[in-house]
Amino acid sequence: MTPEPQQLKSEPGHYDYWPYRNRPKITWPNGARLAFWVAPNIEFYELNPPKNPARAPWPLPSPAVAGYSIRDYGNRVGHMRQMKLLEKYGIRGSISLSTALCTHHPEIIEMCRERDWEFFSHGIYNTRYTYGMTESQERAMILESIETIERYAGKKPAGYLAPALSHSEVTLDLFAELGGIYTCDLFHDDQPTPITVRGGQRFISVPYSLELNDTIAYVVNKIEPRRYGQMIKDSFDRLYAEGATSGTVMCIPTHNYQVSCPHRMRAFEEALEYITGHSDVWATTGRKIADYYLANYYDAAMADIASKGKR
Amino acid sequence: MTTSPHPPLDDDYQQYPQRQYGMDHSRYEWSMLTDRKPVIWPNGKTLAVWVNVSVEHFPLNPIGKPIKLPGNMTMPYPDLRHFTLRDYGNRVGIYRFFDALDKHGVTPTIAMNTCLVERYPQLLDAVIARHDEIIGHSWSMDTAHAGGMDEAIEADLIKRSLDVLRGKTKQPVNGWLSPGKSESANTPDLLKANGVDYFCDWVNDDMPYPFHTKHGDIIAMPLSTELEDRFVVMDNFHSEQSWAEQVIDACDFLLAESQTQGGRILSVSLHPWVMGQPHRIKHVEAVLQYIMSKPDVWSASAGEICAAWQTAQIKSEKQLNTSIGG
Repeated sequence: MTPEPQQLKSEPGHYDYWPYRNRPKITWPNGARLAFWVAPNIEFYELNPPKNPARAPWPLPSPAVAGYSIRDYGNRVGHMRQMKLLEKYGIRGSISLSTALCTHHPEIIEMCRERDWEFFSHGIYNTRYTYGMTESQERAMILESIETIERYAGKKPAGYLAPALSHSEVTLDLFAELGGIYTCDLFHDDQPTPITVRGGQRFISVPYSLELNDTIAYVVNKIEPRRYGQMIKDSFDRLYAEGATSGTVMCIPTHNYQVSCPHRMRAFEEALEYITGHSDVWATTGRKIADYYLANYYDAAMADIASKGKR
Repeated sequence: MTTSPHPPLDDDYQQYPQRQYGMDHSRYEWSMLTDRKPVIWPNGKTLAVWVNVSVEHFPLNPIGKPIKLPGNMTMPYPDLRHFTLRDYGNRVGIYRFFDALDKHGVTPTIAMNTCLVERYPQLLDAVIARHDEIIGHSWSMDTAHAGGMDEAIEADLIKRSLDVLRGKTKQPVNGWLSPGKSESANTPDLLKANGVDYFCDWVNDDMPYPFHTKHGDIIAMPLSTELEDRFVVMDNFHSEQSWAEQVIDACDFLLAESQTQGGRILSVSLHPWVMGQPHRIKHVEAVLQYIMSKPDVWSASAGEICAAWQTAQIKSEKQLNTSIGG
């Protein structure tokens, strides 16, 4: 029986309100004020995925030529373009991986390994949604994705971004229980924040970004390419300035079927050139940010949140 | 205990029968662009420019089955506003295009709804007189090829569209662009069976590649949707100026890539009812002028580009055989 809205949670319950001002100061390694990371989504979308009653993967009857083929463009054409660009600007990618891609396109995985990129889990396929999964089904899916990454990349993932941003009430709890340390699923802050999970693990959110996510910018918000480049620069300017007070995080999540199209590469490259042209920028990966925060600021943040919560 | 408003899933939701090396279907092989042999276009050019002009008819009384394609009527019948604005392209915009193309020495490819060759013989004459390559574009913008379509109906639609187009134009017509780039699972097979050598619906590559059908391979030609005038200006609401910048940025990027990775294709898809408007045509002119000012550009029709690509494949295979034999 479908529950009424009143029977569902009114908020996620993963964090307490914590004002941006007067937090314990964060300083990133070597005195950097901004931790910068790029998160290429390396995804596999199925041409004929099974039905999920809560969400249709493709808007039209099968075969979904338009939707499927442009996403395949990312794998055939796009990733290599972005790899070349990130190499040029000395950035290690943190890839959000549909782990089935390890089987479909191991060549791409090998190229990421050669570049010592970080792998984090983005589920198995981006056409299999969490909606409607039982807890044990979701745990099995997440566990399988973790094990696949360990097998192909040599190391368990530290981070998770739910496939197609589809969640259950326990997604973050399950990932923390399976050994993860950070989530990219929450957009509530410009700094890492402690995340409450039911098992009480030390678990955090590392800012990803919805607004600077190329697919959100290009497909949902229909932003012009050069404006997207300007948005990235403007976002950087503000977070860099504020980082002098306390370290901030900036992420550019990408999808190479969008950002690596020929008419969009110039704007993206200019933005990367601009950002990496600044000193005191820590160009790093999601895991490095999470590790550093957990080791140096997590406890102070927890204490600050607790003290401010009391008033 | 968690609560979910979503229906439970079937057990097969966590089965992955198509998880295998390569694609999750058998229509084409998995291949990264950077792994392929570099292609050089005729006369040592590195960037082929393919300007596709879609000449379309949107009926006033669309059936909209199996799907309604973008650009069709949206207002209650009779939707004079959208009918006439689309028709504007065939009466006015197309002639502005012809002038702009000729001024800058651009060879276009014309994708034409077959119903237009009967409806507008004067337009047909104008197109024929130019000797531009004409490719199939189904019967009208209300004959969508899409999943759920009866195969016999689609077979007849494709055959009729090609027969009439070939008969009236006296051209071989061996290229095809499905309206809205929409297909049924049978479309590629039916196209190949009807003598079509290349089609332009799949946007997963920047270069041609072989696509399997029941009757042998058909070539998939890369006609970008992301850079298409209608998509950029009408769907994404970008300015005309921005569209022009996007094409120019793509031209620069592909030219640079072609210097190190071999020949590339810049595909520019235009609609007379969109870019043929008085306030937009100057941006088409600016784009064509910019592209044609580049010495490494080869302006050619889709069929010429496809043929040159096939020749390059045969050459590289011969080289391979020679080196193995030697």
